[in-house]
Amino acid sequence: MSVSHLDGQQMRRVIRRMAGEILETNGGASDLLLAGIRTRGVPLAERLGAAIAQAEGLDVPQGILDITLYRDDLSTIAPQPVVKESHLPSIEGKTVVLCDDVLFTGRTIRAALDALQDYGRPRAVRLAVLVDRGHRELPIQADFVGRVFQTQARERVEVAFPETDDGREEVVVLQPTSEE
Amino acid sequence: MAWSRKDLLGIAELSAEEIHLILDTAESFREVSERPIKKVPTLRGRTVINLFFEPSTRTRSSFEIAEKRLSADSLNFSSSTSALTKGESLLDTAMNLQAMAPDLIVIRHGHPGAPHMLARRLKAGVINAGDGAHEHPTQALLDAFTIRRHKGTLQGIEVAIVGDIEHSRVVRSNIHLLLKMGAKVRVAGPFTLMPAALETLGVEVCSSLEEAVTGVDVVMMLRVQLERQARLRVPSVKEYFRLFGLTKRHLSLAKDDVIVMHPGPMNRGMEISSEVADGPYSVILDQVESGVAVRMAILYLLSGAREP
Amino acid sequence: MNGRHLIFRGARVVDPSQNLDAFATVEVQDGKIARIEDDIPSRDGALEVDAAGQVLVPGLIDMHVHLREPGQEYKETIRSGTRAAAAGGFTAVACMANTSPVNDNRTVTRHIVEEAAAAGFARVHPIGAVSKGMAGEELAEIGEMVRGGAVGVSDDGLPVKNAELMRRALLYTRHFGVPVIQHAEDLDLTGPGVMHEGEWSTRLGLPGIPGSSEDVIVARDLILSEDTLGKYHVAHLSTGRSLEMVRRAKAQGLAVTCEVTPHHLLLTDQAVAETEFSTDMKMKPPLRAELDRQALRKGLVDGTVDAIASDHAPHHPDEKEVQFSSAPFGILGLETTLALCLDRLVRPGLITLERLVDLLSCGPARVLNLPAGTLAPGSVADITFFDPEKVLTVDRDRFQSLSRNSPFGGWELRGAPLSTYLGGRRVQL
Repeated sequence: MSVSHLDGQQMRRVIRRMAGEILETNGGASDLLLAGIRTRGVPLAERLGAAIAQAEGLDVPQGILDITLYRDDLSTIAPQPVVKESHLPSIEGKTVVLCDDVLFTGRTIRAALDALQDYGRPRAVRLAVLVDRGHRELPIQADFVGRVFQTQARERVEVAFPETDDGREEVVVLQPTSEE
Repeated sequence: MAWSRKDLLGIAELSAEEIHLILDTAESFREVSERPIKKVPTLRGRTVINLFFEPSTRTRSSFEIAEKRLSADSLNFSSSTSALTKGESLLDTAMNLQAMAPDLIVIRHGHPGAPHMLARRLKAGVINAGDGAHEHPTQALLDAFTIRRHKGTLQGIEVAIVGDIEHSRVVRSNIHLLLKMGAKVRVAGPFTLMPAALETLGVEVCSSLEEAVTGVDVVMMLRVQLERQARLRVPSVKEYFRLFGLTKRHLSLAKDDVIVMHPGPMNRGMEISSEVADGPYSVILDQVESGVAVRMAILYLLSGAREP
Repeated sequence: MNGRHLIFRGARVVDPSQNLDAFATVEVQDGKIARIEDDIPSRDGALEVDAAGQVLVPGLIDMHVHLREPGQEYKETIRSGTRAAAAGGFTAVACMANTSPVNDNRTVTRHIVEEAAAAGFARVHPIGAVSKGMAGEELAEIGEMVRGGAVGVSDDGLPVKNAELMRRALLYTRHFGVPVIQHAEDLDLTGPGVMHEGEWSTRLGLPGIPGSSEDVIVARDLILSEDTLGKYHVAHLSTGRSLEMVRRAKAQGLAVTCEVTPHHLLLTDQAVAETEFSTDMKMKPPLRAELDRQALRKGLVDGTVDAIASDHAPHHPDEKEVQFSSAPFGILGLETTLALCLDRLVRPGLITLERLVDLLSCGPARVLNLPAGTLAPGSVADITFFDPEKVLTVDRDRFQSLSRNSPFGGWELRGAPLSTYLGGRRVQL
């Protein structure tokens, strides 16, 4: 039983709006770099990039950031996450927009900021998330938010993109299942 | 799949799935070594002890770099600088190290089974960096990683391993790994340096270097371990090189895109000619580079597998 | 008088020396077997012992043990070793000469006999050294040692390497009727070897001891025993090929005998891998290949093997808890042999109970020419009782031996020793 929900069309609409906000805040697309955090920050960054390209007629560089190596919970999570490569063009002097699907405790973003540091010195770092579900454990806020969901801490927010989730495209809030 | 082992003692006990996981993880760690800042905080606050009872430059420095790139605190004990040469038993040494609460111990020892003995007794994870003529799992993994980068796969690849088979831990780990991953393995070397019943491991034993290298994708030359032989089991270096030294002529018998590997350190003019070692087919330096990525992957996987 | 006159009722009595396997009553008087009948009436002054459910056999003899005294009392003593023997169902052992000092003279031989008699847990028959100091050069004073109680000669622990010395030993021992017991090993072929040479040594990267290391010495010695007509006994025979040579020598009528150990009958070289280099799997000769093991088992059945002996070789935990290559060779056996044989040889039907008693009692008595291994009326009442149905789990921490180096810890076995009698007296541990 999900109270908060986005279907595919709503998602696309929300992402277009976020793209507009990014352009407006940045004063255009120059020196922007969209960095998707694995896994579902990557399709978000791609969609934001496409929307910006459509609006401005200009391809924004994109990158992929894998934050596994920067997590603070290496020995407590199971199963252990598989490390994947990061692909990041030079971030020197860029305004990097970190993209992630859901903003929850803020720990992923903390790790992503650490990771970015190892790649160079950006001019500024912004944060774009499709869903902000609250329950922060660190003083981190997003600059661009698709939707804010009121959730219980034990609920799970699932974002599905067709390329990562077998063709599904939606955002749902799931009740905790018994084994969790 | 998830990694669940506390220790990496050998290839013999690993599944093909586990080997895939290590190699795939290593691919990701390769990227770290290409960054301007070659360091990630993954193992910050973890302690790794490198316990080397035998001289080693290559393996030890490769582990050290891997540890440093993962931000682990590492500590080196080698037989020339510690109580290891003063008659203290391996177990006593180990229990003393245990008291320092390391998370991982990397051990190189002249006796087969020494790492297994430590693993049974210690809370820390144990990585076998070579135990006598038994296994050298990280070497086999980095060899496989190198072959995979050059050939795209290990499945169906034909590999000739040539040299002092009896005294080689590298060959045993490589045979296990290559066969598990679907490669075919031939071995050749003087019969006086060939262990008993080798064919029961699933390899083809060849009687000449020419027979071994004909049509293969990979030629892996082994070091002739002069220091391990009380009496040289071949009459002379000259005769060895004539029978089993790899030259350009032999490579013309192999596939056109053959690669030549050597775990190092090489005896030039004994098992390999300089023209081959430094030639275009040689991937010997790639192996060294792969070593860091593979060892980072192993350190990462073993650290994560430990109980919190 | 308690212990002097006993009547055992209800036991299954197995004595191959009399072709006996039946439920019977056994009467013991003045330390000797008085008679064995279907039923014997009660008599005044005789102690009745209910032995229902038990098997009563001639006292078991382990013809190959190392008691370590004198010299290495931290591993075992005559006292602890004979306690282990009694706990394992043995009434007698033959102990090897590789003590410190070596048992190469009558003084040491007498010391062993006297210490054993004082302890009183089991009879101890010393084996004297073949050569002075076991140095493999000059013959030891074999006649003197036999006079002091030695029942055979051996440099066990080491082979008699020199063929000429072996020839002399085979000739000289003919005066005394004692066998030359050979630890058959060519040390050059063994080299740095620590386990059987084969698939598993190759997999484990451990230097191998080829089967030929044993075979070439057995072959040589059989030729010498043919020439000398000497009594020759192969200790802990471990290969199929050596067994075949002994089989042929026996068919030829030579005075040749051999023993095998429980571990060579039950384990193979694969155990070293399965236990990840457990030093309790390290002994000489090494655990051999499956084909060798099968051949030895066949030799039990067809009579080629004369005795099962444990080669009980205690070592201190500090010596064994090291890396495999550095550990000393040898494992314990006295407290596990009978149970292992009952559970793993008799119960699956490989050999009969009668054959087992032959291998553990009559056979060793024949080889060493001991007045034992029989319950014939008039013979000394050395008796072993065991329960073939009692289940025991081998617990190394409860061994009587001072050492713990058994590969059988944790094994669950059906068949357990119950008690032993020496000259009609129950041995109290």
